[in-house]
Amino acid sequence: MTDAPSPSLPAAVLCLIRRDLTVALRRSADVLTPLIFFAIVTSLFPLAVGPEPALLRALAPGVLWVAALLAAMLSLNRLFSNDHADGTLEQLLLAPHPLTVLVLAKTLAHWLLTGLPLVLISPLLALQLQLPTAAMGALALSLLLGTPVLSLVGGIGAALTLGLRGGGVLVSLLVLPLYTPVLIFGAGAVSGAVTGLDTEAHFSLLGAFLVLALSFAPWAAASALRVSLD
Amino acid sequence: MFKYAAPKNFYDLAGRLTPWGAALTAALLLAGLYLGLFVAPPDYQQGESVRIMFVHVPSAWMSMFVYVLMAGAGAVALIWNIKLAEVLVRACAPIGASFTLLALVTGSLWGKPMWGAWWVWDARLTSELILLFLYIGIMALQASIDDPRRAARAAAILVLVGVVNIPVIHFSVEWWNTLHQPASVSRIGRPAIHPSILAPLLVMTAAFKVYFLTVVLMRMRTELLEREKHTAWVEEEVGRT
Repeated sequence: MTDAPSPSLPAAVLCLIRRDLTVALRRSADVLTPLIFFAIVTSLFPLAVGPEPALLRALAPGVLWVAALLAAMLSLNRLFSNDHADGTLEQLLLAPHPLTVLVLAKTLAHWLLTGLPLVLISPLLALQLQLPTAAMGALALSLLLGTPVLSLVGGIGAALTLGLRGGGVLVSLLVLPLYTPVLIFGAGAVSGAVTGLDTEAHFSLLGAFLVLALSFAPWAAASALRVSLD
Repeated sequence: MFKYAAPKNFYDLAGRLTPWGAALTAALLLAGLYLGLFVAPPDYQQGESVRIMFVHVPSAWMSMFVYVLMAGAGAVALIWNIKLAEVLVRACAPIGASFTLLALVTGSLWGKPMWGAWWVWDARLTSELILLFLYIGIMALQASIDDPRRAARAAAILVLVGVVNIPVIHFSVEWWNTLHQPASVSRIGRPAIHPSILAPLLVMTAAFKVYFLTVVLMRMRTELLEREKHTAWVEEEVGRT
């Protein structure tokens, strides 16, 4: 055993993010699955409600947002479960750094792998649903502000259900009711942009949710992890 | 006072309080129902349907009261590690969920003759529905963790996350409704409530509250027996009956 000085907090955070990204990219199928899920779910709606462009245009904001919500939720179990299985998580708990910050770093890596790709392909799927180009910016921006909240709040659910039987379904039960405000204002912003309304209020509220989630969710997720690994 | 934080003493105290609570509930419920069903006059606009309010309003109030109480107990359980608070969180959730369901069902029964629809995406209905989902999530989380301590602490965290979210959800839904469309079903204008309507409402509210206290004590007693089953006092207690 050597007494190497432990890395500083920023170094540890960067290292953790880089590690999570590397591990995920080595198993790129894991990264692609939520994206493909997102694409398939949005493509199912025209089949179910008919190809009427006006109808699709009216439904598009809601469909895209609900699909993004489900895709984000689907990837939640990946946030901690692999690290839990191989013991990395216990080492993180023992690390000399505040667990809250480490959880925030892991959540950020998770968002880079799931939320950001959703934001990037959303305009493509929006075209399929006949969303007017004028609303594309609103769609991307609303997802850009909203998906980090989904990752942050979802992290609490993932931490609480760590290692439980039926964790996947349970996490949706815990997390989906908490997602409703983001859904309301995310889809509302896009609908507003389609009809040419002022969407500033929606974006301000989404930003407020993001700030709120950034300040409280890592803290709650960290204490949930401590309970789960007790 | 602190004497009753010990499980055995609390168990005995709760056992002594329960019959009184049950009797008081029955008396208040009878009085409230009599006042509500026979004494209160039918509303000039809503007719006899107004009587649904005597069940609906107290249960809606209780659904929120129980959640806030549960959040308080959850905070106490997490901060001071008090076993009794953990037991209280667990005992509250199903009762709160039933009050929420009762509020939704009676609201829908009232909505059909008044609004012409069983369900309307009104802000209050929607936030009550989401509250029901939150309750169900808490119960599901508790049910899937075998270790009672871990279950209680995990549930306490979830309850606290929920209590931060409830105002956010409530206002979101309210703004969503107003941003989307002007209220198509305007709520009946609110004249000052006449005493003949107010009295049964207050009596029913008291009845619901005492009922809750009684049932929560009963649930806490069984929960305590289950948790403390390896201790001497439980063995003695179970052996006696």
